[in-house]
Amino acid sequence: MEKFLVDLIGDNLITILIICVIPLLFLLPYALVAILAELKISAWIQDRLGPMRTGPWGILQPIAEVVKLLQKEDITPANASKLLFNIAPYVIFTGSYAAFAVIPFSSSFVPSNINIGIFYLLAVSAFAVVGILMGGWASNNKYSLYGAIRSVAQIISYEIPGAIALLAIVTFAGTMNLQLINQMQSGWFWNWFIFGGPGSAYKLFIIPFMIPLALTYFIATLAETNRTPFDIPEAESELVSGYHTEYSGMKFAMFFFAEYSNMFIVAAILTTLFLGGWNSPFNNFMQGPWWGAFWFITKSFFVVLLQIWIRWTVPRLRVDQLMYLSWKVLLPISIVCFFALGLYRMLV
Amino acid sequence: MSELRTIETEYSLLTDRLRVNVGPQHPSTHGVLRLEVVLDGEIVVDVIPHIGYLHRCFEKHAEAMTYPQVVPYVDRMDYISSMNNEWSYVMGVEKLMDIKVPERVEFIRVIMAELNRIANHQIAVATFGLDAGAFTPFLYFFRDREMILSIFEKTCGGRLLYNYFTVGGLNYDIYPTFVDDCLAVVKKVRETNAEVMELLIKNKIFIDRTANIGILPADVGINFGCSGPMLRGSGVPFDLRRVDNYSVYEKFDFEVCVGKGEVGSLGDCWDRNIVRMREMEESCKIIEQAVKNIPDGDVKAAIPKRVKPPVGEVYCRTETPKGELGYYIVSDGGLKPYRVKGRAPSFVNLSVLPEISKGYMFADLILILGSVDIVLGEVDR
Amino acid sequence: MKKYFYNIWLGLYTTLVGMKITFSHIFQKKVTIQYPDERYPIPDNARNRLYVNIDDCIGCNQCSNACPVNCITIETVKSLPTEDLGTTSTGQKKRLWVTKFDIDFAKCCFCGLCTFPCPTECIKMTTFFEYSEYNRNNLLYSFVNLTPEEIQAKKDQLAAYEKEAAEKKAAAKPAVDGETNKNS
Repeated sequence: MEKFLVDLIGDNLITILIICVIPLLFLLPYALVAILAELKISAWIQDRLGPMRTGPWGILQPIAEVVKLLQKEDITPANASKLLFNIAPYVIFTGSYAAFAVIPFSSSFVPSNINIGIFYLLAVSAFAVVGILMGGWASNNKYSLYGAIRSVAQIISYEIPGAIALLAIVTFAGTMNLQLINQMQSGWFWNWFIFGGPGSAYKLFIIPFMIPLALTYFIATLAETNRTPFDIPEAESELVSGYHTEYSGMKFAMFFFAEYSNMFIVAAILTTLFLGGWNSPFNNFMQGPWWGAFWFITKSFFVVLLQIWIRWTVPRLRVDQLMYLSWKVLLPISIVCFFALGLYRMLV
Repeated sequence: MSELRTIETEYSLLTDRLRVNVGPQHPSTHGVLRLEVVLDGEIVVDVIPHIGYLHRCFEKHAEAMTYPQVVPYVDRMDYISSMNNEWSYVMGVEKLMDIKVPERVEFIRVIMAELNRIANHQIAVATFGLDAGAFTPFLYFFRDREMILSIFEKTCGGRLLYNYFTVGGLNYDIYPTFVDDCLAVVKKVRETNAEVMELLIKNKIFIDRTANIGILPADVGINFGCSGPMLRGSGVPFDLRRVDNYSVYEKFDFEVCVGKGEVGSLGDCWDRNIVRMREMEESCKIIEQAVKNIPDGDVKAAIPKRVKPPVGEVYCRTETPKGELGYYIVSDGGLKPYRVKGRAPSFVNLSVLPEISKGYMFADLILILGSVDIVLGEVDR
Repeated sequence: MKKYFYNIWLGLYTTLVGMKITFSHIFQKKVTIQYPDERYPIPDNARNRLYVNIDDCIGCNQCSNACPVNCITIETVKSLPTEDLGTTSTGQKKRLWVTKFDIDFAKCCFCGLCTFPCPTECIKMTTFFEYSEYNRNNLLYSFVNLTPEEIQAKKDQLAAYEKEAAEKKAAAKPAVDGETNKNS
């Protein structure tokens, strides 16, 4: 698709801009749908109906909320550090949006098909930490500061099991290019990496390592996106709403938007690495560039729904328990899986 | 001071202490309680509760009211278990006037008080779960509580503040389908409790969060005057329904639930919470036994024309969901009480909070506060 | 070591059990009532806004005395012996003009204590609860059906009658002390 665009318009700034904007065109409607899903699923789980007044069955509720947030007064606390306070939400959003550069939406569309895709992802996903710390510190509020400190500790800790899980896949696939990893998983759904990837019957040995690896990555990403049970940075019962306590209006909307876009990013990575990316589960059935986008978004959205479902089920962990889980449970598991996959790659 | 020292030696990375005001407007202070928390990183060094934001001069008001007029004020003390509050006060005045209440009234009072106990414990467990971050059980409990409130509304017209018990009887009789409604509630409460046991109480994360947190040793609890699930959670089987055997409670077969330290140490948050869960079941049992044999009679038979107790004083205590609620009523022989003093269980239970929450983490403090189950209307009065 | 793995398993297992429960709830019947469209059935004896049937009111002031928050204000004017105010639906004879019967619903605590002593059962609680106002003064309800002019007329009438009666008495008994004068 990039090639097509280049042929159409020419290799210039406009082409690059268009390619940059395409993920945003996807992200905006996605965020609305995700907010609606969050509202509705939480309501249904709790035997409620959820929003019902805006549009049929309340499907216009996210739009109403966005309009409300846009209209709200944009408050900057008097003693806040103005510059940092104002740019923090945009820094966070930039971090999550930058990750879209390497997400392969379909066999023929990935904004930037670079060879170090996974490395790039790891690099930019840590970018959000800066924004959170900025926002939390600049608010000049004790709750915000606590939220920011917790958030930084949490995200940095969970980067490690998450990164090792990614590394294991890199060793297994032998490439950091996400598009290539996707192509490896083509065919039936048992060719997905979560089921051992394509290969002979020997792969049965690595399935017991692949599934915990996927689970480890999923849990680590829950923590990275500050979702329950790891929403300690914004734990409402202790810290009111953590690092974005003082934000309102558009800047708050930015935080919100970044959270949902982050949710999609981690879901997309999980889909790409473990669930076959844009591949159809049924070999050539419904396969193709457009169908690829369909499968990719469907699978990713399924993972997002899973995150929402978990959020409304479990209570929240405590800070020390969170660290225990990261360093003493997820890290050993991911390392063991990493070695197992490496060994398999060496032997088979 | 000794605890401070252990904190300092154990966590040698000492930084500046931070003073955080939790409340009065905070999502999890259960009303308008303000906690001044001194934090060392995430560790709680000191907690200073500041109360009085909801002070409504109940005791002074009561001196200007006639005896029946105090009842609506009593309702507003612990506004989520009004029936139990009314009972304590009304029983005190009856003792003062030496009124024998008909059997039917006693049975209906027991049923109402136990229904209200279930409703109260539902809120207590629900908000405790909410403090731990589980939102869903909260709404399951509120869904069920609605059924109980409907029974109250059909009986006396009020959903939260009932003014149902009056000196010598009840203001209204029960309605025809009352028994069926009560049994439906009992069934639903059991269903939901079984579900919440699986969803929340037995959840590993929840156990990790609450076990071994906020341990209240039995002797400390007794010294601070704690009562109710707070004290029973520490393994002391002190339940006024059994200790005093007031009203007709000796006719019913029910257990006094105590904490056993199943998942952590005895007297931790989990124990206090499980005591509440089990008491709901015991209340269900009492209701089942009571609705079967409500005697006939007139609920208004013993209501005196003029409530004018002789000169004297009385202390009357009952077991409300929160603990021992007592009223000390002094009469000077007039139509208005000379003095009414309420011994509020929430207030006494809250006083132990600084004692049991030092040295735990900030997140634990919120949970400990939740497990005390306070209602600020009663703390401040 | 065994405990370590058991704990991990327990954490995973209990979470899955919880997820199963929440999943089953997605398809259950919802309990929300869409308020303005559907309504929760309010029982007839619900205690909401008070209603006073002023035609039955005999102005005995008992409800006002029973009220713990003093939200009921009643003023009455004696009727002349020649006037006939009729009887209430319970058959009691009315003797007073009720010139003021105000209930301040901003103060009312809906305890229902005023309804018990009423001898004619003219004050009662209704099931109507949607009467919120933007201005607190609008919550002061007046149940009197006399116009201010009529009330003034009644007061004048009574004053004139009393004056006349006092003069008559003074004429009949020239030697009166202050006390009986007050009583007249």
